[in-house]
Amino acid sequence: MGDRPVAFVTGSRTGLGRALAEDFLRRGYAVEGCSRSPAEWTADGYVHHEADVTDESAVTRLVLDIARRHDRLDVAVNNAGGASMNHMLLTPVATLDRLLATHVRGTFLVSRECAKVMQHRKSGRIVNISSVAVPLRLEGEAAYGTAKAAVEHLTRVMAREFAPFGITCNAVAPAPTDTALLRGVPPHKIEDILARLALHRMGRPEDVVHVVAFLTQPASACITGQVIYLGGA
Amino acid sequence: MPAVTRTELVALIVAATDDVLDTIGDEARAPLDETTRLFGEGGVLDSMGLVTLVIDVEQRLNSRYALTLRLADERAMSRRSSPFRRIDTLADYILTLISEHHG
Repeated sequence: MGDRPVAFVTGSRTGLGRALAEDFLRRGYAVEGCSRSPAEWTADGYVHHEADVTDESAVTRLVLDIARRHDRLDVAVNNAGGASMNHMLLTPVATLDRLLATHVRGTFLVSRECAKVMQHRKSGRIVNISSVAVPLRLEGEAAYGTAKAAVEHLTRVMAREFAPFGITCNAVAPAPTDTALLRGVPPHKIEDILARLALHRMGRPEDVVHVVAFLTQPASACITGQVIYLGGA
Repeated sequence: MPAVTRTELVALIVAATDDVLDTIGDEARAPLDETTRLFGEGGVLDSMGLVTLVIDVEQRLNSRYALTLRLADERAMSRRSSPFRRIDTLADYILTLISEHHG
């Protein structure tokens, strides 16, 4: 077993996922990432996989590959996911299916397979990315908010089920953050959301990176089943 | 994919069960064989022990035989007579999965 800790970040091709992967590298981790298409960046210690987190066989193969090469897995961050902003009356059911698949099915599969590896060392950290769309019950985000609400519930149940294996599960719920996810959202809609937060400013990837770093450090072994909302939601 | 026999599967499950029981700290157990009851009345494992065993067996099958099987599939979980109740029933169930997925 290698001495270097290993982190797996989904949706690491761009944006927040990339920022998270780069921070783990800075902190001395070997980092494995994935997305459905090739990464737009490379770095020493980073391995990118092209995989769809909703594909059970692909996730199983990917996590087994990580376990075989590193013989350990310390951290998994479920970051992969898209968004959609539309009035529910105008939301195709295909959009709901797609968001539930990526956020809920993807988080379920990745967490399940990663926990199987983590339980060997009786230690592991799973962090899921949620959204302030859940506590704010944002209009126009019925599908996205529902998917993220399910992620939060899954986080809390996994925290209990994985606790005997020494694995913690928490979630971070960012405020609207300046990444590709927000492209296409009209500026006035973002302003409306920011107005409902205690802090009326756009989130930054480093806001999330900071909390993920806190939750994944060894001293945070007692923190599990929590959702940390950023921006004062 | 290397061929795997029923005898090898029983040995693999016995070894995995031994490891799980070692982890739990059950030192005073009787020797395990294919008739050993794993779960339920008279079983050697509690529910968490069974979860750990299933994961362990899946990973041993992958590392030794390059088999990627999901033992806790819908069929296994819905059977009236659980394939996880004894070492021999689990071995037979794995043989069925292998023949279906890789046969």
